[in-house]
Amino acid sequence: MIVFGHRIPMTGSLLLWALLWEIVGQLKLTILLPPLSRVVLRAFEIVPTETFLSAFAVTASAFVAGNLIAILVGVPLGILMGSSVVADRIFLPWVNLFLSAPLTALVPVIMVLFGLGQTTIILTVVLFAIWIIVLDTRAGVRSISPSLIEMAASFGAGRWQTFRKIYVWAALPEILAGIRLGVIRSVKGVIIGQLLVSIVGFGALFKLYGSRFLMEHFWAVLIVLFALAFALAEAFAWLERRVEFYAATRG
Amino acid sequence: MTALAHQFFTEPSPVTDCAVSVRNVGKVYAGVVTALENINVDFPRGQLTSLLGPSGCGKTTLLKIIAGLLPATSGEVLVNDLPVAGPGPERAFVFQDFALMPWANVLRNVAFGLEMRGIAKSEREEIARSHIAQVGLAGFEARYPHELSGGMRQRVGLARALAVNADVLLMDEPFSAVDEQIRRKFQEDLLTLIAREKRTFIFVTHSIEEAVYVSDRIVLLSARPGRIAQIIEPAIERGGDPDAIRRHPAYLDTVDAIWQSLKTYLE
Amino acid sequence: MAEHRAGIEAAHQGYRFSRVFPFQGSGKALREKRPNALASFATHHFTLNFLSAAALCGAWEWAGLVPISPAFPTFGETMGALWSISADGSLAGAFAVTLQPLALGLVVSMVLGVGIGVAMGLSTKTEWLASPIFIVAQSAPLAALIPLIVFAYGIGLTSKTIVVCIMAMPVIVLNSFAAVRHTPKSLIEMGESFLATRRKVIIRIILPAASPVIFAGLRLGCASGFIGAVLAELLITPTGVGDLITYSRSIADYPTMYAAILSIMAFSVLFIEVLSRVEVMIFRPEKRAVS
Repeated sequence: MIVFGHRIPMTGSLLLWALLWEIVGQLKLTILLPPLSRVVLRAFEIVPTETFLSAFAVTASAFVAGNLIAILVGVPLGILMGSSVVADRIFLPWVNLFLSAPLTALVPVIMVLFGLGQTTIILTVVLFAIWIIVLDTRAGVRSISPSLIEMAASFGAGRWQTFRKIYVWAALPEILAGIRLGVIRSVKGVIIGQLLVSIVGFGALFKLYGSRFLMEHFWAVLIVLFALAFALAEAFAWLERRVEFYAATRG
Repeated sequence: MTALAHQFFTEPSPVTDCAVSVRNVGKVYAGVVTALENINVDFPRGQLTSLLGPSGCGKTTLLKIIAGLLPATSGEVLVNDLPVAGPGPERAFVFQDFALMPWANVLRNVAFGLEMRGIAKSEREEIARSHIAQVGLAGFEARYPHELSGGMRQRVGLARALAVNADVLLMDEPFSAVDEQIRRKFQEDLLTLIAREKRTFIFVTHSIEEAVYVSDRIVLLSARPGRIAQIIEPAIERGGDPDAIRRHPAYLDTVDAIWQSLKTYLE
Repeated sequence: MAEHRAGIEAAHQGYRFSRVFPFQGSGKALREKRPNALASFATHHFTLNFLSAAALCGAWEWAGLVPISPAFPTFGETMGALWSISADGSLAGAFAVTLQPLALGLVVSMVLGVGIGVAMGLSTKTEWLASPIFIVAQSAPLAALIPLIVFAYGIGLTSKTIVVCIMAMPVIVLNSFAAVRHTPKSLIEMGESFLATRRKVIIRIILPAASPVIFAGLRLGCASGFIGAVLAELLITPTGVGDLITYSRSIADYPTMYAAILSIMAFSVLFIEVLSRVEVMIFRPEKRAVS
């Protein structure tokens, strides 16, 4: 936005909202909303504590493990679906189904099968992340320019060489896009899983602060969490932009 | 064909030394669409032969069959008297859309064909560098395709095809994706290249002027299903000034005669 | 700031995959494709879809028979339970309850979301003010807000409706915004060159041009809304289908629990499928012709 000839960056409006929050908090309009300044101070106080760090470690390890599984299974499956019509026909309906289904409903199933622990959270992360990775990888493989494949064939490249030298690189922008979207979805997944299981990680923390009505603590954790999620999404977006030109030949 | 035109181009002389020979080739897509029918044509060694015809006549299909990228439904293609079963080291392809790998720099793109042949990195990069210099791109080795103009990209595609030192260069409308002025420059450069390299060129184009300007022979294909309508050899002396070609009466008359013949395929 | 990122997600799911790709893989170009009755039957998509569905149900049945876990009923038992909760009306009753916050939340999100998104697309000031909020909301785990919502609005319909709204709104807003912002410039200039007023340009050009992407955003919003509705019922208070799931789980009636989960997932998938059919019908004549 431009005010009096000065361009004010988009993030400027976040400051405006923060100010509004501070005012509402100071006026004590609702007990739910403590002033932002106190929340931020509380955040600095909470983050170094054992409780927070262990919750973070538990969450991060489930998140990383789940995403790794989703990538290791999802990318090869996507490449298979992108290059084989039969595999595509077999798997595509299920991938599409799980992509738009309310996966939250499946968390109770995972809970009764695998108990109320870390395994359940990891599986929830996989469940949220994997489908978009598969679908994007498939799209990446399918949008590879046919002439690039012909080019490799004309110089005598074998199947494995074509896969290694062409497919993986040409589909990389889409694969990374899939991973980025998968990461965003699984951040939501890990929190939903922890809220439903409610005795691990941040889920337990929210329950604790909620039951004791510690609003400043609650908001502090929430803000840290949102900031982490946003930073993670932006980091992947940055990575993706760096390889965007790999797809440059597409019409 | 008018009697007048005959003075300026001739019916084909029998080919004594042919690099590529196409025998009874037919191509049917998906069992229903006949793209090519009974194609018999020889491509003389060391010359440039154009495939010219209305759009959809199967000229690119024929080129890809010669390249081994598409299988023929019937008939066979002989390169240096050996039947084609797939792509081979004696043929190199130049693509209409350049087909450069966007993630690889110019050097790696040019060296790709050599890399596929298992040539050691240092050696293939040396060969690639000399070909990059030859097409006038010295200094651009570390650039990526998206940093180059369309004309420069096609020079990279050409350098890549030259680098593998193939006998036969197959060019699929190589200049159609660059602008008119660059195209003219490329056509002139192509004449120099033919004179210097003594290789066999098979050149697909939809431009009559381009075909007459660069070709030793022109194979005219009919509308789908593609058959050979006529083979002509423009009686144009190519040794001298490249600009003189476009003013040569034989050039103008050949262009006109081909246009009169192709016009019948356009509704 | 990644203003258009979320819009890209929608464009992603809505458009990129709907493109028709003629090319099917590396080996195919070199191999001749001859029509073969048996092969074409085997690869026909109904055959393969049916086979893969049958295989999955078979695997489920087998896994239930082993059993891989005492909490894993067979496919047959689950279908039996589905039949009995359908027959005694408890499933219909549960859906009637679940659909209330869902429908309410979706209607609110659509009206508000499209409104805010279009306003952001039309005015850079609104965009400046609102877009950071929705961009953060898009990537943040908003489910963490649920305990707060319960403090504020109790455990009733209001809370559940709000949960649906916060889940569904960001994607709707950001898609409507991106759709309006990315109206082809030449179309707007065409309108202006024929002396259309700003109002006419908006009504006759911008909104129609943006509507396919707006609708795609609504479809994605509905999918998120379902997640919200189920989450609200599992987390806030068990009602409707959430109650069916929670209760049958507490008494270890696993077939009924699975049947309830299956039914809500099937309902949501069918609903989204209907929406995308409608989308194809209204906006994509070219896609309809191909399929």
